[in-house]
Amino acid sequence: MIKVKGLVKKYKSGTLELAVLKGLDLEVKKGEFLSITGRSGSGKSTLLYQLGLLDEPNAGEIIINDQDISKLDSTERSRFRLNELGYIFQDYALVPELTAFENVFVPLLMQGLEKKDAENQAVNAMQKVGLSEKLKNLPSQLSGGEQQRVSIARAIGHNPKILFADEPTANLDSETAETVLKTFLDLHREGQTIVMVTHEPEYAALTDRIVLLLDGTIGSDKRNH
Amino acid sequence: MAKTQKSNSSGIENLVRVGFFLAVRQVKRSNIWTNVLIVSIMTLTFLNLVIVSGILVGLIEGAVTAVKSHYLGDIFISNLKNKSYIEQSSQIIKAAQNLPSVEAVAARYIETGKVESDYKENKKRVTDLDESVGTSIVGIDPKAEDIVTGLSGLVIEGDYLEENDYDRVLVGAMLLKKYLDFDSPTFPVLQKVEIGDKIQVTIGENVREVIVKGITRSKVDEIDRRIFFVDKQLRGLIGRNDYNVDEIVLRLAPKTDPISVKNALIGNGFDQFARIQTQEDAEPKFIKDMKQTFALLGNIISSIGLVVAAITIFIVIFVNAITRRKFIGILKGIGIHPKAIEMAYVFQSVFYALMGTAIGTFLVFGVIKPYLDKNPINFPFSDGILVATASGTAIRIAVLLIATFIAGLIPARMVVKQNTLDSILGR
Ligand SMILES: Nc1ncnc2c1ncn2[C@@H]1O[C@H](COP(=O)(O)OP(=O)(O)OP(=O)(O)O)[C@@H](O)[C@H]1O
Ligand SMILES: [Mg+2]
Repeated sequence: MIKVKGLVKKYKSGTLELAVLKGLDLEVKKGEFLSITGRSGSGKSTLLYQLGLLDEPNAGEIIINDQDISKLDSTERSRFRLNELGYIFQDYALVPELTAFENVFVPLLMQGLEKKDAENQAVNAMQKVGLSEKLKNLPSQLSGGEQQRVSIARAIGHNPKILFADEPTANLDSETAETVLKTFLDLHREGQTIVMVTHEPEYAALTDRIVLLLDGTIGSDKRNH
Repeated sequence: MAKTQKSNSSGIENLVRVGFFLAVRQVKRSNIWTNVLIVSIMTLTFLNLVIVSGILVGLIEGAVTAVKSHYLGDIFISNLKNKSYIEQSSQIIKAAQNLPSVEAVAARYIETGKVESDYKENKKRVTDLDESVGTSIVGIDPKAEDIVTGLSGLVIEGDYLEENDYDRVLVGAMLLKKYLDFDSPTFPVLQKVEIGDKIQVTIGENVREVIVKGITRSKVDEIDRRIFFVDKQLRGLIGRNDYNVDEIVLRLAPKTDPISVKNALIGNGFDQFARIQTQEDAEPKFIKDMKQTFALLGNIISSIGLVVAAITIFIVIFVNAITRRKFIGILKGIGIHPKAIEMAYVFQSVFYALMGTAIGTFLVFGVIKPYLDKNPINFPFSDGILVATASGTAIRIAVLLIATFIAGLIPARMVVKQNTLDSILGR
C-alpha cells in the first residue's frame, strides 16, 4: 500500500541545515495498523506529513497504491488527499464555524457527491465514532475527546485508503483516549489501513506493528503478533 | 481501485457549491455585531458613492430647474441684438398659442430704470448722491405670467398683482437689504422697504411713485432684481403702443421636444424678428460650466469613495482570512480546493456589498430622495435636490460589486496561497 525509499527531509533555519529524515525506508501493507514511536523531535510528525502529502521531501520516493507521489503537482496532491487519504491532526484541527456534522460533510461535498449521499456518508461516519447525537454542535460545544472523534469521522467519512493519525490521544485523558483507540481498532477490524504516531507504549502495543524512529531512520521494526 | 473517481470535483460548479457552503456558514456564525459593522460600512460607502455626487449634481439641477420654471420657460423668445424689442410680437404670440404642444404663453415688457425708497427723507442737500438702485422694470400679464412661471408662488411677502392693479408693483427680494444678507457694490439695495411703502420708479424721463404690493423671491438673480408692473400700466409709462414686447416665454406640454417647437417657430420666419431659444440654449453659460464641473467633482469624490470602499473590504477580508489562516490550511489539508476557499471569501464580501447596497438603495430612494424632494436643501442659489437616477445608481452598484469582488479576492488569495502545512502549524 505504501512504499517509501530513501526519504530525506531537511529543515533549514538560517545557515544551519537539520536533516530530520535521513534516507528512510518503510513499507506498509494493506490493512495494516502501524504505530510509529520515537522520542520527541525524532521526526515522527515530519514523516507523517510526507506520507500524508502535506509536505514535500527533499529526496526519496513515496509510492502509495502504486502511484508515485513525487510526480504529482499540487492540485493532484490536493485531490489525492481528498479522495484517498484521511488525516487526523494532533490538535483536532476542526473548522470552528462549521458544526460537527458540517466538518465531516465538507470534504464529501468537495468530492462532488450528491448532497443526499454526502449527508448520509457524513452521518454514517459520525455514527461510527459514536457521535450521532452531537451532529449540530459547534466544535466549541464539544469536549476534547468528542472533537478528536469528529476529526476521526472527518478523516474516515470518504472511506480513505489510508488513515494517518498524529498522536490522536495526546491531549485526552486515559478513558477518552481508550474510546478513541477502540474506534481505530474497530476500523482496523473492518480492514482500514492505519498509520498512527503515538508516545504511549500501551497503545502501540495494541497495533500490528511498531516502528521506532531513531536518528532519522528506522531504529527498530517489531511485529506484535 | 474500488472507488469511483469523481471527475467533476474541481469543476466550477462544485467549487461554487463548496465555496457558497463555506461562505454561508462563516457569515451565519460570525459575530452579529461584526456583520452589522461590515454591512454598515458598506451601506455608508454606497451612500457616499450615490449621495455626494447626487447632491452636487442636484445643486445645479435645482438652479437649472429654478431658471427654467421661473424665468426661461421651455422656449425663450427675446429681442434680436440690434433691436430693442421683439417686432411682430403679436403674430409670434398668436402663432405660438396655436401650436398644439404649447400650453401657455407669457409676454413681458422690459425696461431698465432705477428705483428709490428714501427719496423723501434722505435727500437733505442737493449735493447728496442719488441713492437710487438700477433695476429691470418688467410689465407682465399677471395671469399669463403666473401660468407660465408660477410667479404668484414666489411672492414671499404681501400679495400678487391683479389685472387692474395700478401704481402697485412687485419688488424682487434682491433689491432689498432685508433679503440680501451681504453687502456688495454690484448689488446695491434699497434700505428699508415694507409692504405698502411707497417707492419711486424712474424709466427714462418718467418718474412714478408706486406702492409695494408684494415681494418675490426665486433664487434666480435675474428675477429677484426685477420690479413687476401690470403690463397695461407699463405700456403707458413707456409709451409703447404697438404691443411689441421684449420677452416671450412658452410653457410646453409635458414630453414635448422643445427643439421641434423652436423649429416650428423658425419655420414661420419669426427668427427674423426675434431670438428663439430652447431653455437649454438660453441657459447661462456659467450654469453649463458648473453642471460639468460639479459632475466631474462628483465623479472624483465617488472615485475616492470607491477606493476607500475597496480598501475597507480588502482590510475586512484580509483580517478575516488571516485570523482564519490555520483553518484555511486545514481545509486545504483535507483536500478542499483552494479556489473553493477563495470563492468562500469572495461570496462573503459580495454578500456584504449586496446587503450594503440593498439597504443603501432603500435609504436613497425610500427615505433620502423623497425627503429632499419635499424639503430641498436651502442653498443660496438653488433648492438642492438629490439627483439619483436608476441607471446611475445601477452603474454605481455594479462598480461597487466589481470593486468588492476584487477587494475580496486578492486578500483571500494571498492567504490561501500560503503553504498549507505552515498555515496549519502556524509557522
Ligand atoms: N519548520 C521547521 N524548521 C526547522 N526545524 C524543524 C521544523 N519543523 C520541525 N523541525 C525540527 O525537526 C525535528 C522533528 O520534528 P517533528 O515535529 O517531526 O518531531 P516529532 O517526532 O513529531 O516530535 P514530537 O513527539 O514532539 O511531536 C525537530 O527537531 C524539530 O525541531
Ligand atoms: Mg509530532
